[in-house]
Amino acid sequence: MNWEPLLLTFKLAFITTLLLLLISIPLCYWLAYTKSRVKPIVETLVSMPLVLPPTVLGFYFLVVFSPNNALGNWLDTVIGIKLLFSFPGLVIASILYSLPFMVHPIQSGLAGIPHSLKEAAYVMGKSKLATLLHILLPNIKPSLLTGIVLSFAHTIGEFGVVLMIGGNIPGETKVASIAIYDEVEALNYSAANFYSLVLFAITFCILLMVYLINGGYLKKSVK
Amino acid sequence: MIVLHIQKKLQSADGTMLLDLNLKIKKGQLVTLYGASGAGKTSTLRMFSGLLPPEKGNITVNKVTWFNSDKKINLKPQLRKIGYVFQDYALFPHMSVKQNLEFALQKNQPKDIIQELLTIMELDKLQNRKPDTLSGGQKQRVALARALVQKPEILLLDEPLSALDTEIRIKLQNYILRVHKKYHLTTILISHDIGEIYKLSDWVFVFQNGIIAQEGKPSEVFTDKKLSGKFKFKGEVLAIEKDDVVYIVSVLIFNEIVKVIAQESEIKNLSPGDTVLVASKAFNPIILKVE
Repeated sequence: MNWEPLLLTFKLAFITTLLLLLISIPLCYWLAYTKSRVKPIVETLVSMPLVLPPTVLGFYFLVVFSPNNALGNWLDTVIGIKLLFSFPGLVIASILYSLPFMVHPIQSGLAGIPHSLKEAAYVMGKSKLATLLHILLPNIKPSLLTGIVLSFAHTIGEFGVVLMIGGNIPGETKVASIAIYDEVEALNYSAANFYSLVLFAITFCILLMVYLINGGYLKKSVK
Repeated sequence: MIVLHIQKKLQSADGTMLLDLNLKIKKGQLVTLYGASGAGKTSTLRMFSGLLPPEKGNITVNKVTWFNSDKKINLKPQLRKIGYVFQDYALFPHMSVKQNLEFALQKNQPKDIIQELLTIMELDKLQNRKPDTLSGGQKQRVALARALVQKPEILLLDEPLSALDTEIRIKLQNYILRVHKKYHLTTILISHDIGEIYKLSDWVFVFQNGIIAQEGKPSEVFTDKKLSGKFKFKGEVLAIEKDDVVYIVSVLIFNEIVKVIAQESEIKNLSPGDTVLVASKAFNPIILKVE
């Protein structure tokens, strides 16, 4: 069996989730505490991938990063990065596509922490960063876990965006969901079944873990 | 000496209210802010600690300017070195009692203060417990101890005892007095309990609709009206029974049934179901019909 599409899928999901976490924490911190008027607009943009067909995202991605375009051309010739039909391009598109799955849990987690915890740390002389790292984040562990796992699982399950901008390059952009489509097209059902079954089992286990941990089922058995 | 001269518009339930304060607090005093909910007491503490910016005015502490709207000075809460006990205690749920205290340590501050405070507040046995396993009074003690770790000169207490029952309240009042004296603190307390204010404070500011309506020693401020030695309650007559030459009137006051002795002349107009006023002058309760 060819494991490459599966490994590529998990590599993509892992990198996407990691970058997404680093982006989302400051973004959520801003969203949770800002009084800016721009906030509803930013919230809307973050949530758009939930309702928009992935093909729309993919289409604009194609347009913007096409080498025939100023930005795509600049990236290609000056920086030397090709974002279309390449792994880095997939990562960027996946980050946009899974953004709401990371942002929503973390934002509502932060908003649910009483303000007095933050303020208590401030009057103790702690900086905003120290307060975020030592007080806020440890108190939203379930939200962080939910965000991480949902983004990871959602990236594994992505198809439309990859099809539009990634294509079907083995080892570069041919992830498992594409491989399944490909094998079915080729009437190679046993290979399609293999990929599908692995994806099914892994996503089931990942989601089950979240519900077990956040539901406190594992804690009880430890006691 | 603390000088607080500030103005701030506050959003309250009945629209906007202008908080306009001018108060001076002497070093080492324990003062109380007293007044109805929404009169601006908590906002005052928050502005003093830097958590809420005032619109106009200045705050000076021992001749150092903490806030000045004209000079655009606004010292960050991190730099004001204030001990603040929040109304909801604000204990960090993921840390044990001891870790809560340790988090409050300043850079390079020796750790011995932790053990000292744990002992003073009698928290030794609880030091490894998480906050959600503690009772209200215990949480309060942790919050008070934690506020003192950074050795502040000023301690702010936002209704620290309102959620506790009487016995624990008295104990905690003693803790507050003890640390106030031991660490030579200037303490600002918010309280609704006149008895508590009498016991603890040197000076009281009475807040009313955003201004200080009255200030003075507790004995001066409260003696006129509120502690007149007379008490009166409204109640409902449940029954009137004759007993020899007098009558016994059973009156329901809140959830208690009170028996009051009355003369025949007093019960003439009374019948069960009437609303009455039961008042006591020294040892001689009299009963008057209201409706």
